[in-house]
Amino acid sequence: MKLLRETWIVFERYFGKSLSSLPYMGVSLAQPVLYLVLFAPLLKSVAAVPGFPGGGAYNVFVPGLLVQLGLFSATSGGWGLIAEVKAGVIERLRVTPASRAALLLGRTLRDIAMLLLQASLIVVAAVPFGLTLRLPGVLLAFVLMALIALLMASVSHAAALLLRDENTFGAIVFSATLPLLLLSGVLLPMSLAPVWLQDVSAFNPLLYAVDAQRSLFANQVANATVLKGFVAIGSLALLSLVAAARAFGRAAA
Amino acid sequence: MDHTPPSQTAIRVRGLRRTFRTRRAEVEAVAGIDLDVRRAEVFGFLGPNGAGKTTTLRMLATLLPPTAGEATVAGCDLRRQPQRVRERIGYVGQAGGLDHGVSGRAELVFQGRLYGLSSRAARARAGELLAAFELEGVADRTAQTYSGGQRRRLDIALGLVHRPELLFLDEPTTGLDPQSRARMWDEVRRLRDGGTTVFLTTHYLEEADALCNRLAIIDHGRIVCEGTPDELKRAVAGDVITLGVQGDPAVALSLLSSRAFLRDHDPVAPDSQSLRVYVDRGETAMPAIFRVLDQAGVVLETVSMSRPSLDDVFLRQTGRRLREEAA
Repeated sequence: MKLLRETWIVFERYFGKSLSSLPYMGVSLAQPVLYLVLFAPLLKSVAAVPGFPGGGAYNVFVPGLLVQLGLFSATSGGWGLIAEVKAGVIERLRVTPASRAALLLGRTLRDIAMLLLQASLIVVAAVPFGLTLRLPGVLLAFVLMALIALLMASVSHAAALLLRDENTFGAIVFSATLPLLLLSGVLLPMSLAPVWLQDVSAFNPLLYAVDAQRSLFANQVANATVLKGFVAIGSLALLSLVAAARAFGRAAA
Repeated sequence: MDHTPPSQTAIRVRGLRRTFRTRRAEVEAVAGIDLDVRRAEVFGFLGPNGAGKTTTLRMLATLLPPTAGEATVAGCDLRRQPQRVRERIGYVGQAGGLDHGVSGRAELVFQGRLYGLSSRAARARAGELLAAFELEGVADRTAQTYSGGQRRRLDIALGLVHRPELLFLDEPTTGLDPQSRARMWDEVRRLRDGGTTVFLTTHYLEEADALCNRLAIIDHGRIVCEGTPDELKRAVAGDVITLGVQGDPAVALSLLSSRAFLRDHDPVAPDSQSLRVYVDRGETAMPAIFRVLDQAGVVLETVSMSRPSLDDVFLRQTGRRLREEAA
């Protein structure tokens, strides 16, 4: 009970701060919307190429865009945490009797909520372009989205606590996200890739997330692709949450 | 919250140690210290940067596990009851811990709720603190718009949300202008008069002198002396005579060593121009000093007499001046 109450208090505080920070909101929404408007029209003609999955260009593109959004959100969580460690905010909070787990979970929930908020806006914005939404596929897609957010936030928090420095953190995050992005089939489906590239991408958990999201947006809910996506992301999310919690509990700065 | 029977001791520390491992070696930041802080006093930890002040404070505030030693903080055992210690203490770190994107009021309410206050009680408490620290005018603005003094006052208000019996302040006035510093001193005195124990660190001699009921001087992780500012100063000398001599002060230094008019230790030369002689009574020592130097042909350029300061205490204990390092 104490943990839930404190987690909620921490969530409220961080979520309120994010909402009240309009520039932050604007910046974090601008990029996916730009992708939607500037990149998606190219897909109209690519969708006719052999090997491109069926279901309409936007139903292939938007799920990938959502995963990409999740991947890029990995930067923001750790960024904020490093700043707070340096400003002494984390130290101040760790002297209170509040549970350390709640201090971490509350801010992780904020990251998840922000990502779901952005994802909903993109989905709604894509409907006029031709995205079709069908239940229960879309709902499950959002559940998977939340797991992706949990994974990214936790990896980000753990890395931030390990590195303690914005510059190193930035360099590592940026160099890690690019190959992950290219090998996830976010921009173009991996079914278009040569075999060796497909083999390499089989090690990328995000590939399974993207495949699962595409299946869910096609409202094909009960299949191995969706299951694989949930298992891959869900188990990694749990592991990284534990890692982040341990790092946060130890954090002595 | 239960109330432990009041005792006279707010902090009791025995053999507290902390070592850090770096890539090359083990560094002893705090080398086994003993300490007793009484209730409702302002206790100062005076020392240069890197002396181990902050490390000690962070251990006592449950932020850093000690390598060895025992401590009772606010009546609770530091190792076995860290949670109960946290309920009873306030801590204001050197960095302060403000999030510049959040308003003072919002942060005070948040802090109160983390201490278990209801939303309503937290709001009421935030209102009280904003009034007490004269922050009402800026309460709903984000902290980035605050002046240095306002930020520091908000830092301290955040540490007081749950009315702790013991407040730790790590360098509370570093970086403040003289006016804000005087103001901060008043706040600390007001807290003490209200029964709160304040444990602060500082590297300002004036601050330790003006504010602290008792203090400990810490250097290289060890406590070199402890007492009231007056006791410490009296122990060094009745009067301090500062001599400016022509040429190398080492000559004068050796001439004046082991003389009967000295308190109980030889003069020291804190820099290459002057030496400080610690005596019981300056009026009687001065003629004797002049005689000795004159006979040896040492030319005196300046002479002055003063009461010993904490700088002298530090100089006597460590052979270095604190003032220069603090600059």
